Amino acid sequence: MRDGSEGAAAGAAMDLLIRYGEALDAARLCDVRNVAGTMTQPSPVKAALVRQGGWDKAFAVINLDCDDDIEIPAMRVPTCQLQHGFGGDAAGVVPYPAENIALQAQAESFYGRRGVNILATCTPYQVGNIPVRGEHCAWMESSAVIYANSVLGARTNCEGTASAGAASLTGKIPCWGNHLDGNRHGTHLIDVRVPVDGFMEWGMLGYFAGGVAGEEHPVITGDIARPDLAELKHFGAAAATSGGVELYHIPGVTPEAPTPEAAFRGREAPPPVTYGPRERRAVYDTLNSQGTSAGVDFVLLGCPHASVDQVRRVAAELDGRRLSPGTELWLMVPRALKDVADRSGYTGVIERSGGRVLGDSCPAMSRAAPRGTRVFATDSAKQAHYLPAILGIEAWFGTLEDCVHAAVTGRWEGGLP
Amino acid sequence: MIKTTIVLRGRVVVPGACEGEALVSHEPISGWGGIDPARGVIIEPRHELNGACFTGKVLVFPSAKGSSGWSGFFQSARLLGTAPIGMIIARISTKSALGAVVTRVPAVTDLDADPCEAIATGDRVRIDNGTVEVRRP
Repeated sequence: MRDGSEGAAAGAAMDLLIRYGEALDAARLCDVRNVAGTMTQPSPVKAALVRQGGWDKAFAVINLDCDDDIEIPAMRVPTCQLQHGFGGDAAGVVPYPAENIALQAQAESFYGRRGVNILATCTPYQVGNIPVRGEHCAWMESSAVIYANSVLGARTNCEGTASAGAASLTGKIPCWGNHLDGNRHGTHLIDVRVPVDGFMEWGMLGYFAGGVAGEEHPVITGDIARPDLAELKHFGAAAATSGGVELYHIPGVTPEAPTPEAAFRGREAPPPVTYGPRERRAVYDTLNSQGTSAGVDFVLLGCPHASVDQVRRVAAELDGRRLSPGTELWLMVPRALKDVADRSGYTGVIERSGGRVLGDSCPAMSRAAPRGTRVFATDSAKQAHYLPAILGIEAWFGTLEDCVHAAVTGRWEGGLP
Repeated sequence: MIKTTIVLRGRVVVPGACEGEALVSHEPISGWGGIDPARGVIIEPRHELNGACFTGKVLVFPSAKGSSGWSGFFQSARLLGTAPIGMIIARISTKSALGAVVTRVPAVTDLDADPCEAIATGDRVRIDNGTVEVRRP
């Protein structure tokens, strides 16, 4: 395939995969037919390449690392677009360049014609792309990678823009790291000694687990309630943020660990690291060390993109209330789930209160918050970690109820229960 | 007595040769949210190299961390003319391996000594495939 016998684009893609595989010292490539990458996200570099040689040029350079003028064919294997910039529904709501919205619309049309499913979310597993156990994938987005590996038992490394692009045109990816049986065992044991139940608690435990395990594989045991999708989504996003965790096991919950012994695959478990009241308090204080002003201008929910159930809960909290005049509330969702929220009446409740339900993007990805934002509040450990640095604003972290309270009163009054 | 020249040997990540001044990080480096490709500068607030420019230098670091946008951000640095000229990576991962490939600079990993300790910022470094020669001025 590298010689171009299956087309110039497939040749360039294979060339990149071989260079990448050699960089990793991978013994071989494996077959994938599930790619989650990014092609449509606007950037200044992409805009310049499109002006120079159209979308074919942009894909060749950015998604294949190839300088030749080649034509981009249809994707060889199922491929979806992850979260990207804001779309047309954000115009007039989000301070975001109109030219980016236009560029992204062009991109969606180009890639849609080539078979890219425009899921436009960091949570493809919420909107129809649910890999089966053992399936080899080539996914980007650290929070999606950790969910696919850990909760679904699929196999993917944390791919990048070019490797995902090359995988989409070849159906191949280096067989390295998480793809290999021998690399999927637990490496750290975390013994939970304080009750962990609910969205905020799972996020804080994830933030702690990432700090303990770094890029390795924590195993979680102890005083934990059975988590749901949204809690594991938050746990994983937090662990991938504070460390670089791509795989964890929760014995009795995640598929590759029916028991603690199975999580370590016959290896001796390391001495446990305790997550108790003191550790929990330290995580909470870290996530809340970036705010001093009690006045809140902006509340951000839905990182990673909210489930329908989370949207329902936000609507229930906001029902019949009004946001404080100086405060905005954005709830980020996959656009496909916004349709469900619209039909269920949740969007209407949130909008009547003054809040917004937005698809496709997030403030960190698109570097956009309401004009004049100085202090924001969120229920996401990941967003509390990144957004203060990206936008130069203060942050508060708490429960969904704390955040809605801040939106309605304009004041942060959250605390560790 | 400090040796003025040392030689490290490792595994080739991206083949090639380059020579220049080292910029050494003891902390992992973030791509997305960690560097500004327009200026070739590290921008992570609490990072030891916050504000340092890697353009034209040999970047020495323990590992890549953070978002899967790592490689894309270093690729942008190449396209904007702000990239480092080489990379010495103590511990390889998909992020840094792909990052080095699309930055298109000589890169090496798995060295016989910790490069972040053996090399200091300002040292003169020559990468020649799997060999790294370090001279302290």
